[in-house]
Amino acid sequence: MRSGRLLRIAAGAVLVLGLVLPVLAGLGQSLAAAFGHFPALGARGPDLSAWRALLAEPGLARAAALSLWTGLAATLLSLGVALGAVAALQGGPGLGRAGRMLAPVLAAPHAAMAIGLAFVLAPSGWIARGLAPLLGWDRPPDVATVGDPLGLALILGLAVKELPFLLAMAVAGLGQIPVAAHMAAGRSLGYGRAAIWLRILLPQLWPLIRLPVLVVLAFSVSVVDMAQILGPSTPPTLSVLVARLFSDPDPRAILPASAGGIMQLVLTGVAAALVLGGARLAGLRTRAALRRGRRMAGADRALGLPLALLAGLAGLAALALAAILLWSVTFAWRWPDPFPARLSAGAWQDAGRWGATALGTLGIAAACAAMALAAAVAWLEGADRLGRPQGDRWMTAALYLPLLLPQLSFLIGLAGMTLSLPLPPLAAVIWGHWLFVLPYVFIALAGPWRALDPRLARSAAALGAGPARRLWRVKLPVLAAPLALAAAIGFAVSVAQYLPTLLLGGGRIATLTTEAVALASGADRRVAAVHAVLQAALPWAGFLAALSLPALLHRNRRALRGAA
Amino acid sequence: MKTLIAALAAALGLAAGALPPAASRAGDWQETLQEARGQTVYFHAWGGDERTNAFLAWLGGRLETGQGVTLRQVKLSDTAEAVARVVAEKAAGRDEGGAVDLIWINGPNFAAMKAQGLLQGPFVADLPNARWLDLSPGSANTVDFTVPVEGLESPWRLAKFVFTYDTARIGAPPARMADWPDWAAAHPGRITHPDPSNFMGATFLKQALIELAPAGTDLSVPPGDDSYGAATAPLWQWYEALRPHLWRDGTAFPANEFAQRQLLNDGEVDLAMSFDPASAAAAIRDGLLPDTVRVHVPAPGSIGNVSFVAIPYNAAHAAGARVVANALLDPQVQAHMQDIDVLGSFSVLDPARLDEAGQAAFAALPQDPALPALEDLGAVLPEPDPAWMTRLTADWQQRYAR
Repeated sequence: MRSGRLLRIAAGAVLVLGLVLPVLAGLGQSLAAAFGHFPALGARGPDLSAWRALLAEPGLARAAALSLWTGLAATLLSLGVALGAVAALQGGPGLGRAGRMLAPVLAAPHAAMAIGLAFVLAPSGWIARGLAPLLGWDRPPDVATVGDPLGLALILGLAVKELPFLLAMAVAGLGQIPVAAHMAAGRSLGYGRAAIWLRILLPQLWPLIRLPVLVVLAFSVSVVDMAQILGPSTPPTLSVLVARLFSDPDPRAILPASAGGIMQLVLTGVAAALVLGGARLAGLRTRAALRRGRRMAGADRALGLPLALLAGLAGLAALALAAILLWSVTFAWRWPDPFPARLSAGAWQDAGRWGATALGTLGIAAACAAMALAAAVAWLEGADRLGRPQGDRWMTAALYLPLLLPQLSFLIGLAGMTLSLPLPPLAAVIWGHWLFVLPYVFIALAGPWRALDPRLARSAAALGAGPARRLWRVKLPVLAAPLALAAAIGFAVSVAQYLPTLLLGGGRIATLTTEAVALASGADRRVAAVHAVLQAALPWAGFLAALSLPALLHRNRRALRGAA
Repeated sequence: MKTLIAALAAALGLAAGALPPAASRAGDWQETLQEARGQTVYFHAWGGDERTNAFLAWLGGRLETGQGVTLRQVKLSDTAEAVARVVAEKAAGRDEGGAVDLIWINGPNFAAMKAQGLLQGPFVADLPNARWLDLSPGSANTVDFTVPVEGLESPWRLAKFVFTYDTARIGAPPARMADWPDWAAAHPGRITHPDPSNFMGATFLKQALIELAPAGTDLSVPPGDDSYGAATAPLWQWYEALRPHLWRDGTAFPANEFAQRQLLNDGEVDLAMSFDPASAAAAIRDGLLPDTVRVHVPAPGSIGNVSFVAIPYNAAHAAGARVVANALLDPQVQAHMQDIDVLGSFSVLDPARLDEAGQAAFAALPQDPALPALEDLGAVLPEPDPAWMTRLTADWQQRYAR
C-alpha cells in the first residue's frame, strides 16, 4: 500500500509538474503576452497593442480563414473517408488489409509525407509528367497545384496523413459495439448496409472516436511544418504566419505572435464547436429520419465513393513515399522525364551531412519514449497497488490537454518563459517532445494494462511474490508486446515533432524534421529527400522492432507474441 | 599591464589606429589562440545552401586540427533568428555566455545590431590575415549597405547580383530593366523573382530601382517620405506592367533564390537569379541545373556587396570566434572557397596584396563555360541605404500580399 502511494505520488508529481502545469503556465504566459504583459521585455499591460500589431499583419484575415478552412476540410475529408471505408469493408478481409497497407503512412511523419507529395502534385511533378505525353505539354502548366491559394494541396496532404489514424481509431471503436448483431437486426428490418451504418452504428461509434477526431482537428488547424511545404505562401495559414512572427528580429514581435497563438486557440475552439454542433445536428436528423422509417434503398451504391477516395489517397501516399526514396538516390531528374536520368548515391554518401542529425533525432526520441513509458507504467502500477484499476479519469483527461490545444498557443508562452529561465536547449527539446509523447504512450498502454488478467498477479501473490516482483516478473513480461508498441508509438511521435524543437531548442537543436522542413524550402530536393527517408525510416524501424521483440522474447509462449 | 591597456582600449572603443603597436598585437594574437584552443564556436550561419554548409564543415576540420577550435554551424533559415536570439538575451539580462558566438551577417541585420550596441569590436584590423584585405576608406570591405563597418564585422565572401537563364528555352534577358515588361509579355508565365520579403527578391527590386529612379536620386541616404515616393514611382509603374506576365500571374513567388533555382531546374520557369556569379556553373556540376544555363548581367552593371561575420557582445567563445574569422581570410581558405568545385564564391582578398603562395593558390583554380569572366561581370553598383530595402519590401507587401 505504502509503495503504491509513493509510486502514485511520484508519478502524479511528474505528470502534474512536468506536463499539466507547464502547459497551463505556457498558455497563461501566451495570454498575458497577447494582452501586452511581458515584463522581461518591458511590456506592462494590459493593453491591446499586441492585437493591433497582429491585425496589421498583411493578409491576417485571410490567413485565419485559411487555417480554419484547411483544418476543417482535411478533418472532415479524412473522417468521411475513414467512416465510409469502415462501413463498406467491415466484416470482410478488406478492412484489415487496408489497415496494414496504410500502416507505413501512419508511421511516416508529416514533413516526410509533405516533401514527397510536393513533388508528386507539383505542376512539373510526377503526375504532370505522366500526363504530359498524353496532353502534349512541352512545358509544365502554369497552375498552382502546390501552395495553391485555397490550400487544396495542404488539405490533401493532411487527409492522407490523418486517414490511417482515424481508420485505426474507428476500427478500435467498433470493437466495443456488437456490430454483427446490429447488422443482422437492421437487415431483417429491410435496411441496407449504408443505412444501418448511418442510422444505427455511427451514432454509437461517434462518442468513441470524438476525442481522436478533435485531436486531429486541433492538429490540422494549427499545423506548421506541412503548411509550410504544401500550403499557400501569400498569405500563409495563420500558424505559419505566427511561427514567422516568432522568429522576427524584433524581440517584441513575440507579443503579436502570442496574440496569434491565442487566436489559433480561438480558431480551434470554433472549429471544434462546428464539428460537435454538426454532429449533434446530424444526430437529430438521423433520429427524425429513423422515425419516418425510410429504408434508403440504393444508398449502398454510394459506398463506392469512400472506397475510391481511400484508394486515391493511399495511391498518393504510396507515390509520395516512392518519390522521396527515388529522389534520395537521384543525380538529375528533370521535366518531362518520368524517372531520373541519372542516379547517384552522393546524397547518402555525404553522411556528415545527415549522420549526426539522425543520431540526435534517435537519441531524443529514445529518451522521450523511455521517460514517457516509465511515467505511464509508474502511474498505472500505482493505481493497481492502490486497488483502483480504472485509474483516475481526471488524469486521462489532463493528458489530452497538449493534444487538444493548438501547439503554438502554449509553446510560444513556454519559449517566452525559457528566456528568463534558461534550460539547456537539448533538455528543453526533450521535455517539449515528451509533452506530446506521453499522452500517446499512456493511451496506448492504459487499455492493455487494465485488460490484463488480474488472476496472474493474484496467483503470483499467492505464491509469495511481493508487488515489485509481481511487476517485474509477471506484469511487465506479459505486457511486453503492448509496452513495446507504446514505446514505438512514442518514438514515432517524437521523431515527427517540429514546433517543440523549433521553439524550445532556440535554433541549437536540429532534428531530421527541422532539417527536412528547412531543406524543403528549395535548396536541394535530393538532400531533403534523404532527410525525409530517414525521418520515415526511424519510426518504421521502431515499429518493426516493437513487433519483433515480443515475438523473439516469447518465441515459446504462443499467447504472448503480440500482434505480429 | 598589456592586457590592462588592451582592456582600456577596448572599453573606450578606440579605433584600429589607436591600438598598441604591431609587436604587442602579435602577442595578443598568441593569447587569443591560446584562449581559443578547446573552445566550441557556435557559428550562426544561414544553412540553405549545401555547398556553403560543406565548405564550413571543411573549414571546421581545418580549424580542429590546426587551432584546436571546434566549429559548429547553427543552420538558420533566416539570419534574423540569430539577431533575435542576441536581442532576447540582452532583454533577459544575459550579458555573458551568450548562445551565439559568430553570425554570418550583412545589411539591415548588421545595421540593427550595430545601432543597438550588440556587437564586439573593433576586431578586424587585429586579425593577422587582415593584411591581405583592402581596408582603405570606401572599399567594399569597409561599408555594408552604406553603413560603415568600423571593424565590427570581418569580410569573407564577395557577392554580386546576376541573372541565370536556360539558353535551351529562352534568350538572354534585356540589357536594361526598363525592357523587362515587354520581354516578360513575350514569355508569359516563364519569368518570376523571389518573394521580396526575402533578400534576393528585395535585391531584384533594388536593381530595378537603381536603373529606373529619376536622375539625381541619392540612394545612399535613407529616404524621406517625399523622396521615397518620387524615387519609387517609376519602379511601381514598371512593376505594374511586369507583374501580370510573371509566373502564376504574379500572385505567388518562390520563397528564395534556391526555390526559384529548383523551378528553373524543374522547367517551371526559365529564369533565376543569384548573388554569386559562379553559382550557375557550380549548380550545373552538382546536377541542380541543366548544362544549358548561362549568366547574364544588366548593361549598367549590378548590385554587389560583401558578406561578413560578426561577434555578438555577449558571445561565450569570442576568442574562438576571432580565430574562425581570421581563418576565413586565410589565402588558402579563400582560394579553396573560390574553387568552382567547392563553393565558387569570389574572394574578398585584394590580389595585389597577396604573397606568392597566395597568388599561386588562386592561379591554380579550374575554369568552366558557365563561369563568367571577371570582365563580363560589369560595374559593381553600390547597395542603397538599408532603409530603402526595408521600405521597398514593406511597400511591396502592402501592395501585393493582401
